[in-house]
Amino acid sequence: MVDENVTESTYRIKGETGEWEVVIGLEVHAQVTSNAKLFSGAATAFGAEPNTQVSLVDAAMPGMLPVPNRECIRQAVRTGMAIEAQINKWSRFDRKNYFYADLPQGYQISQLYHPLVGEGSLTIEEDEKAGIPEPKRIGIERIHVEQDAGKLMHDQHPTMSYVDLNRSGVALMEIVSRPDMRSPAEAGAYVRKLRSILRYVGSCDGNMEEGSMRADVNVSVRRPGDEFGTRTETKNVNSVRFVMAVIEGEAKRQVELIEGGGSVVQETRLYDPDRNETRSMRSKEDAHDYRYFPDPDLLPLELDDAFLAECRESLPELPDAKRARYLGEGISAYNADVLTAEVEAARWFDTLLEAGAKPVAAANWVTSELFGALNRLGRDISDSPVSPVQAAELLGLVADGTISGTIAKQVFEKMLETGDGAAAIVDREGLKQTSDTGAIEAEIAKVLAANEDKVAQYKGGKEALFGFFVGQTMKAMQGKANPQVVNELLKKALG
Amino acid sequence: MAIDQATVRKIASLARIAISDAEAAAMEGELNGILGWVEQLGEVDVTGVEPMTAVIPNSLRLRDDVIDADPLTGGNRRDDVLANAPAAQHGFFGVPKVIE
Repeated sequence: MVDENVTESTYRIKGETGEWEVVIGLEVHAQVTSNAKLFSGAATAFGAEPNTQVSLVDAAMPGMLPVPNRECIRQAVRTGMAIEAQINKWSRFDRKNYFYADLPQGYQISQLYHPLVGEGSLTIEEDEKAGIPEPKRIGIERIHVEQDAGKLMHDQHPTMSYVDLNRSGVALMEIVSRPDMRSPAEAGAYVRKLRSILRYVGSCDGNMEEGSMRADVNVSVRRPGDEFGTRTETKNVNSVRFVMAVIEGEAKRQVELIEGGGSVVQETRLYDPDRNETRSMRSKEDAHDYRYFPDPDLLPLELDDAFLAECRESLPELPDAKRARYLGEGISAYNADVLTAEVEAARWFDTLLEAGAKPVAAANWVTSELFGALNRLGRDISDSPVSPVQAAELLGLVADGTISGTIAKQVFEKMLETGDGAAAIVDREGLKQTSDTGAIEAEIAKVLAANEDKVAQYKGGKEALFGFFVGQTMKAMQGKANPQVVNELLKKALG
Repeated sequence: MAIDQATVRKIASLARIAISDAEAAAMEGELNGILGWVEQLGEVDVTGVEPMTAVIPNSLRLRDDVIDADPLTGGNRRDDVLANAPAAQHGFFGVPKVIE
């Protein structure tokens, strides 16, 4: 099969016999945000004591029947709508049969034949530096809902593995991309964008460290424009950086293998972050015969129009729409990207705009001053010491000329220290900018008198000295003079 | 559709059921008998008939997203869950070491 609708990437693996192109598809498992599990009432919270969040259903006790959690279905549908996918009003659960110590049922309830969500897509933004010259649409084949397995610990006992079933039965969305990515950077951008959308929608917290999002990475190589090669699948990769490392390493391994006269075997591999390499999971080779069949414990899942309408109406403004709106308000592409990447920052910024701040100035201030301060203080925007309303007050004082940009930085520092409002600080510290021409003219006269040589040079044609006079006057005015007025008065005095 | 002894052994292995050669031979005959019997259903013309998923009109019920709403299908019952485990330790199930 040769694909056609995919933008060319220039990423190539340079082998001994020429250049190779990489083809990447990702299966992302995202934990659905819900209080209770997919088919039982046990809690899903991370970090509980082992086996305390396990019901008789999750432990697969005989006679227990699964009953789907409406919220998990709703979140998967909303996620499908957010990637503009087809939502299947009729879907069904199947059993995927295999034996492993973390799977008490002996099968995972999943959706093979009739997934809840069909074909959709998302768009990754252009990133010239990363080799993505223009925005690129990445196809998403399907999203289905399934159960997570338990957790195994191998380092607690010399001869035994310990099993914790707290995660067993937690709802996952498996989000399967088309093999549309052609470089590690594109795959990284895809995971970041998907994570961003999930967090806007609120269907997954996107916490990769806690395992809320992990990816199975499918990689193959081919001569540019040739047919797809044989792929390998590296399981359970849990960070954007590792996804990119897996692709880079696996593509190189495959090229070396093929150029050495061998051929790629379709197999499951495991990533070892400490050695930064993948290795074959031979034990899984025979296990691929999952003998799927419809789960007889569950009737087909049928959704009505009212349910779907509620799902759609409850969707927030999504990253692409928000970014477009910001660009429309004159905000730079870079700032729009930074502000929309994380939902918390975007919400904070929107509140700032609602409080009356001017978009462009507000965007510049948030991405430089606020983010800089939060970085320094080691805090997230969700617990910023300054609220959007307080920030709007500060920006308002700059906008109406009450204080200069330089003074605004000082005021902001005071706000961070004291928690006081901007106007109160400006009053208390006497930081109000002055347009009092008399006072400014008096200082200008002093500056010119003290620098007669420079005045002569300026008048002799060295116009660059104008900045020096502005600087001296501002210094004499302790930064509180209105820069525009200073400029005008200086021109007059020197003219 | 007929199955041979190799298929019988593969299915047994996937299902983690140990069978002897004699049992596999017997099973081959029995399974082919069952499949042949079920295949008679293929003689019925079902063109245009919706597949039936339940004998009575019924639809899938969904539960609300509430933790431990019903104690019988909720958590916080570790002792019950571990009661039959042959090697429960420190609140975990202990199993022979399985590591990739």
